[in-house]
Amino acid sequence: MSEVNHWRRLVLWWLGTSIVATLLVVLLLAPILPPGNGSVEASGQVVDNTVLLGVSTPVAMAVLVFFIYALIVFRERDESAVVDGAPIRGDARIQTWWLVVTTGIVLFLAGYGTIRLLADGAGGGQGPNPIAAPGGANDALQVQVIAQQWKFTYRWPSYGGVETPTLELPANRMIEFHVTSLDVIHSFWAYQLGVKADANPGFDNVAYVTTKGPLRFDIHCAELCGVWHGYMFETGHVVSQSQFSTWITQQRAQYAPATQKLAPYSKQYFPDPQRRGG
Amino acid sequence: MSTIAISARPQPTWRKLIGFNLLTGIVLAVVGWLIGDWLGGRIHAPSLDYFGTEAGENDIGIMLGYLFGVIGFLIGLGFANYPIKRLLGHPASLAEHEAEGEGAMRYFRLCTDHKVVAMQYIVGIGAFFLVGGINAMLIRTELLQPNVHVFGPNQYVTLVGMHGAMMMGVMTSGVLGPFANWLVPLMIGSRRMAFPRIESFTFWLLMAAGVALITTVFMGGFQTGWTGYQPLGDQGTTGYDAYIAFFALVGLSMCLLGLNLIVTIITMRAPGMTWNRLPIFVWSVLATALLMMLAAPMLIAALLMGAFDRTVQTAFYVAGNGGSSYLFQNLFWVFGHPEVYIVALPGFGIVLELLPVFCRKPLWGYRLAVAGMLGVALLSFFVWQHHLFVSGINADLRPFYMLSTELISLPTGFIFLCAMGTMWRGRIRYSVPMLFCMGWAFNFLFGGISGVFLSDVPSDVTTHGTFFTMAHFHYTIMGGLVFTVFAAIYYWGPKMTGFNFNERLARIHFWSLFIAFNATFGPLFALGLMGQPRRVVTYPTHLQALNDWVSVSAFVIGLSMLVFLYNLIWSMLFKREPSEPNPWNSKSAEFQLPTPVPLHDFDRIPVFDSDPYPYGVEPAPALTPAARGA
Amino acid sequence: MSIAFRHPGDTVRADSRGRDRLSGYAKRLAGVIAGAAIVCVLLGLYIGVYLTSQPGSARAAQTPAGAQLYLGTVPAAALNDVHPTWVSYYAVDPGARNWRHVTTYVLPANTVVHVTIYNYDSQTGLRNPFISQAQGTLGGVFTLDGKQTKTIDPDAASHVFAIPELGVQVPIEGVADNAKNPCSNAPCGLNFTHTTTSFTFKTGKAGLYRWQCFVPCAAGYIQGWGGPMQTVGYMDGFIKVV
Repeated sequence: MSEVNHWRRLVLWWLGTSIVATLLVVLLLAPILPPGNGSVEASGQVVDNTVLLGVSTPVAMAVLVFFIYALIVFRERDESAVVDGAPIRGDARIQTWWLVVTTGIVLFLAGYGTIRLLADGAGGGQGPNPIAAPGGANDALQVQVIAQQWKFTYRWPSYGGVETPTLELPANRMIEFHVTSLDVIHSFWAYQLGVKADANPGFDNVAYVTTKGPLRFDIHCAELCGVWHGYMFETGHVVSQSQFSTWITQQRAQYAPATQKLAPYSKQYFPDPQRRGG
Repeated sequence: MSTIAISARPQPTWRKLIGFNLLTGIVLAVVGWLIGDWLGGRIHAPSLDYFGTEAGENDIGIMLGYLFGVIGFLIGLGFANYPIKRLLGHPASLAEHEAEGEGAMRYFRLCTDHKVVAMQYIVGIGAFFLVGGINAMLIRTELLQPNVHVFGPNQYVTLVGMHGAMMMGVMTSGVLGPFANWLVPLMIGSRRMAFPRIESFTFWLLMAAGVALITTVFMGGFQTGWTGYQPLGDQGTTGYDAYIAFFALVGLSMCLLGLNLIVTIITMRAPGMTWNRLPIFVWSVLATALLMMLAAPMLIAALLMGAFDRTVQTAFYVAGNGGSSYLFQNLFWVFGHPEVYIVALPGFGIVLELLPVFCRKPLWGYRLAVAGMLGVALLSFFVWQHHLFVSGINADLRPFYMLSTELISLPTGFIFLCAMGTMWRGRIRYSVPMLFCMGWAFNFLFGGISGVFLSDVPSDVTTHGTFFTMAHFHYTIMGGLVFTVFAAIYYWGPKMTGFNFNERLARIHFWSLFIAFNATFGPLFALGLMGQPRRVVTYPTHLQALNDWVSVSAFVIGLSMLVFLYNLIWSMLFKREPSEPNPWNSKSAEFQLPTPVPLHDFDRIPVFDSDPYPYGVEPAPALTPAARGA
Repeated sequence: MSIAFRHPGDTVRADSRGRDRLSGYAKRLAGVIAGAAIVCVLLGLYIGVYLTSQPGSARAAQTPAGAQLYLGTVPAAALNDVHPTWVSYYAVDPGARNWRHVTTYVLPANTVVHVTIYNYDSQTGLRNPFISQAQGTLGGVFTLDGKQTKTIDPDAASHVFAIPELGVQVPIEGVADNAKNPCSNAPCGLNFTHTTTSFTFKTGKAGLYRWQCFVPCAAGYIQGWGGPMQTVGYMDGFIKVV
């Protein structure tokens, strides 16, 4: 068969399968892509994942279609024959086009990802000096997430520095998480909120999230922190503003004795003892 | 030509065992351990004494025990003999160990025949791969149910760590150890490697390392997983010292293996073997060796600081006393990222080496493929922070590392393009090695694309530290390296051992492995996206069905490996059907030699006069008759 | 005396010709079988002795007033224990008798459980002073040496008994450093200096939960958090609600 025929068939097969696959993937998968739409940042991640899927599906189809086509069409029919194929060693045009196209795709994805990242931080931990602070960060509700082996506790600097064992957040509010650890490296992962920030001892890791409506979200530790790492999970809630106010007031009353004994609120803690003395 | 030794009286077996060999090595290893442990106990500074007594364990003793144990092991094997002889004034000598001893005994000593070292590597790495694989089966057994625990939580975390550490530590040398050591001299027309004793040294170090890791079981295990994060590792019992010893030895072995290969490839090419004619497999070995040599020392340094933290109470990684947990993470991943390309690159080389043979066409885009290999190697040093995107690193750095990581997909794409070009209008034969190469292509495609997702920071926020990451690296490492190692075993195995594999069992092995592998790791992408973190012993109950499917598929992987093991033992030990010299009609140099390859490889050093892929060119042969050897 | 022609590598090639020894085939078969047997034995030991070894369990005593669980915490386990220098929890009988080194405690579901802990260990201090306040107990209170209270001094804490999945968390005060009659190794009778902490909580539905200590009490380990703090059987365990 002439070479033109192969090319044309391959391109047609690729176009056909790519269009179908990309449509299927984008229309069917995108609505159920994690982490869902529990927060503004989570929705942003879903859009980002959809774009990635939309770009990578045709690329995957191109490679798959080629391999399947080649394995069927260029198969040696006569098992016992050992006949050589044509001595084609390369084609500068194809190589150049491949380089240009793949570089373009990569630069687009990197650029798009950067834009998405810088827009609102995408819920990721940004260290103590975040650069992607979504507009309105000055109004954000500050919550310190204290990770310790093997439980998360939460401290509220704007509510008297009270520490609570569970997490409830007000709806439609920007939250500024300050994630830190008291001992080893943990990671605060609020799945449906699309937030993940590592907790390092003596270090403040800031992550932003803007909550939407009421929501139940899972909190997992996402960094191996010892024996009970797998058990370091709990459930948090996003509730209405009034419910949140009631809750935080109740928590302040309930944990007033403990709050008196806490160290003053700080972005980093270096708790004693570093080594057990006796 | 084989030599015939006439012995006047057959030696009794026990006499043959005396000398510098594995048995002596083991005995001296135990002696060394005891010396080190005793020495550690004598170190009596008041604070060290306190910590040792209260904890009931002596980290200094354990670390010195490993150190002296390994030294004893190496002395027992005979590695000190040549340096001592030279110190005493004996002249330099090269290959005095190649033919010494009887056939089988050569494999249990320091042997400077590169083919013997390669076979030692295959068996040694195979044994530790089996250990790592069994650990994987046990992990999946535990994950069958979220609320019923077969193993204790401490033991489970150790299982996870041992599986990861064993596989990563041993499989990094998985191609370079067995196959590069065997093939590179033959492919470049040399009779030996540049440093034959170092070649053997790297093998025995790796064996000592594997045993050291297994001793963690007797010391309470380690709770950090294969990445060994501090300060969690600092908290551990002496089981973590075993982990440090393991990776320190693995790192040293890797570094020297890489060094040996680089020097060999640069300096010992036969006349006519120009850089333009170097087989692509040798290029991939060169790129990998560069990474090994440069990255492994970072690991050793990171772990050494950890060892100081644990033994003499320094505070490199303890935040409260002036150190930083970030220091370990960064040092580890500066090693860790090149490490995963060490694992991926040889696979590229094997596939591109085999495709011309089974498509009967020259390698398409040779220069592009070389650029791809070297590009991956170079870029791999500039991407490590993508493991740390959400860990609180300087936020300004993240777009840069996102770009550099995405850029790595470019040279990787070149490899795919060259593979595709080689298959274009070829005459493809579906031999078992070819099947494994196609398996590689499928697996690495999805592994690579999932890598693009992970390199994108917004997407990574949800998938970091989950089973999605696990699926990605199992697709690239297991779907990539392990499949290509099997391709290499089936392709070069008949040449290396002289015996054929059973074809039907080999095909059963491929298909069962390929299907079970995708059935196991495909759903893991979904599990990660649905919220299951890594290294957890329990998970939400609605994920149980998927976990059970994955576990059962993993058991099928185990069964397919048993099929391979059966095939290996049956074909090599019992059936022993002699293999023809060139079963694949390859035009590559190593297949122009007789089977089995003679002790000194070539009778005369060959002269190369064409590139290694002269397919479709009339007249055919790649080597002049003078190059063919005996 | 016999003369044998040998090729190097003979044992990996054709069968040897000796008639007075086992044929090569049989030798190899025996070798493979022996090797497989060794692997199976080692695997069995690995799984049976190391991986599945768990400390035993103790059941809370059933009384008309609810379930009663008595525990003891010591600065060092019994002298014949695997780790005689490690701090540990033990299950005991009322009056600190009959010390059993188990950390899985079986409790009835939907029942009020009374827990009494005899502590013989000295004070270390909490890393997070928040844990000095009891949670999850009935009334949010606990009894320390006969006096009902909600918190203790964070620096005086010796251990904590916490079941995070059930929200239960009770700090345990330590024995003062200048105590007259401290106990060193388990078992410890009531005649040694100790503090007694008791509290009640209600179990819910059946399930397997974990419990842990929250005080960095592992002497000799960095941050006091290695060794016994990360080993089930010492400062960690399971609560089985049936």
